[in-house]
Amino acid sequence: MVMKRFLALVFLVFLFSVQSLSVFGIQRFPKPEFESGYIQPETLMPAPRAEMLALLDIAVLILSLSVVTWLVLKKRSRKGVFWMSLFSLAYFGFYREGCICSIGSIQNVTLALFDTSYVIPLTAIVFFIAPLVYTLFFGRTFCAGVCPFGALQDLVAFSPQKLGSRINAVLGVIPYIYLGLAVLYAATGTDFIICRYDPFVGIWRFNASFGMFVFGGLLLVTGIFIARPYCRFLCPYGVLLNWSSRFSRKHITITPAGCIQCRLCENSCPYDAIDIPATSKNPEDKRTMGRKLIFITVLIPLLIFAGGWTGSKLHEPLAGVNAKVRLAKQILNPPKDTGKPETFEIQAFKSSGKPQKQVFDEASLVLKKFYLGGWILGGFIGLVFGGLIAGRIITRHHADYVPNKGNCFSCVRCVDYCPVK
Amino acid sequence: MQNRRDFLNMLCRGTLLTGLAATTGVLVFRSVKDGHCTLGSSCNNCKKSDSCNLPEAALFRQTVWQLDPTKCIQCGRCAENCVMTPSAVKATHVYAMCGYCDLCGGYLKPDTKTISTAAENQLCPTSAIKRKFVEDPFYQYTIDEPLCIGCAKCVKGCGAFGNGSLQLQVRHDRCVNCNECAIARNCPADAFSRVPANKPYLLQGIETKPDEKG
Repeated sequence: MVMKRFLALVFLVFLFSVQSLSVFGIQRFPKPEFESGYIQPETLMPAPRAEMLALLDIAVLILSLSVVTWLVLKKRSRKGVFWMSLFSLAYFGFYREGCICSIGSIQNVTLALFDTSYVIPLTAIVFFIAPLVYTLFFGRTFCAGVCPFGALQDLVAFSPQKLGSRINAVLGVIPYIYLGLAVLYAATGTDFIICRYDPFVGIWRFNASFGMFVFGGLLLVTGIFIARPYCRFLCPYGVLLNWSSRFSRKHITITPAGCIQCRLCENSCPYDAIDIPATSKNPEDKRTMGRKLIFITVLIPLLIFAGGWTGSKLHEPLAGVNAKVRLAKQILNPPKDTGKPETFEIQAFKSSGKPQKQVFDEASLVLKKFYLGGWILGGFIGLVFGGLIAGRIITRHHADYVPNKGNCFSCVRCVDYCPVK
Repeated sequence: MQNRRDFLNMLCRGTLLTGLAATTGVLVFRSVKDGHCTLGSSCNNCKKSDSCNLPEAALFRQTVWQLDPTKCIQCGRCAENCVMTPSAVKATHVYAMCGYCDLCGGYLKPDTKTISTAAENQLCPTSAIKRKFVEDPFYQYTIDEPLCIGCAKCVKGCGAFGNGSLQLQVRHDRCVNCNECAIARNCPADAFSRVPANKPYLLQGIETKPDEKG
């Protein structure tokens, strides 16, 4: 009797010990006891890049921003900016292999603001903030010579063509939409789409999927004729820089003194970023101006509302890429075809032992976030289109050839064309 | 007119600067907030009291990508989704857990008739596992890392029939530490997370301390 109980106890203990191990790998075979003096090799664990080197990245960023700004505003030297952009291409592009970059850091900052459990590295904060602060004071010198994307595209701009202000304005809306989507997906912790569809990261690493190589290659070929296509018509960080630059304290000027209307610089800008003097046809009378203003003040709220409504209707397809939503959908509608093996997602869900309810709760929480996000994103896009229309209707008058503070990349090309010394 | 525009410019600039400063402030405050591990759930092998050195973990620690072998279901996507070819994820052998079996579930195909090093008997598609006789009846298995593509076939075999000493890990000499890991995005088991760079491995069965410099 006592023996029996003892045996049962032993058996139970054995069962428990097996169960606690079965979470991962059971020590089915004991560790061998070697007699030949064999020394067990160590498992190699190569260390990642030293953390101190992150500080070097920050130092190089600040230093190159300062040098480029000095070259643009004080030296007004295209050559200097060109060599600095080559350096940035080599350092931030090929040496650092494109990570971390300021464009992608938008997502890190967004995620850190919305998800308190995400630890944002110091580099991501600095790469996000520093170029914006510099731009608020000195214009987009970051684009001129620090961003590796810009540097690469600048190298291939052999025969830039003028696009005309209408095409420029319409294509210029894309970055706003891209930015809105990137923020939505980062805020919901779904995906970093800017990094996912980064066209040039494959070039820095000599390694990418075929599709991304094609995308990058197409952009570079387009870039021969339409200078800096990514910067002008895709870059989401460019939106932030554009608006910062509009309020910049100092900005590069084409002429060091007064414009003499010689028109020599007119075709010098590959990016269509020089505002040509608006020939004051017949100055609009107050009545038409007032009518236009009323039209816009009515139109913009309407567009915002319409956009928001559409966005909220689209929240389900937008949320469809979220992993939690996808898993919940798969559990709800298992594939009818029984011949097929289960998807890896379902397999992993089953082996994790998570209750179904938890998955559904998480998914519905994500959907709620996307509903609100859809309203905000749609409203934002409506506002952008309103702004586009307003910009087309209201013409600003100015007498001289001046760089458009928002769109100008401060590349200093136009300066060499100005005869005024 | 000119003065009014300058004033408005200054006002907008000031607003934007304040906004940027506030954002930085919030992020910095959250990162240095003491008494609260901001790494949250990403510290997978966190044993809290003994192994965690909080100030380090909380202060803007650089993070790297790593996968948790206990969550991994060996689906094989690591081999396909990494931006590097071959993948930065490779099978890692924890010798301390290995049974040194002659009939190795990670080395040989389950249906092999004879135990030999012939390629058709090997589970590994690239013959990246080297088998070496140690002493009767033990054999040592070593992974030839440049050959390993991270397909997890051996990991699955070892886990099913052996001790589970073969485990997938992100190898930090190859990983370029993308802002967002392409494998993490596609991992069905949600096994990938950002871990502090001073504890970059999540191997089971041994202390994980990285080598001085890889």
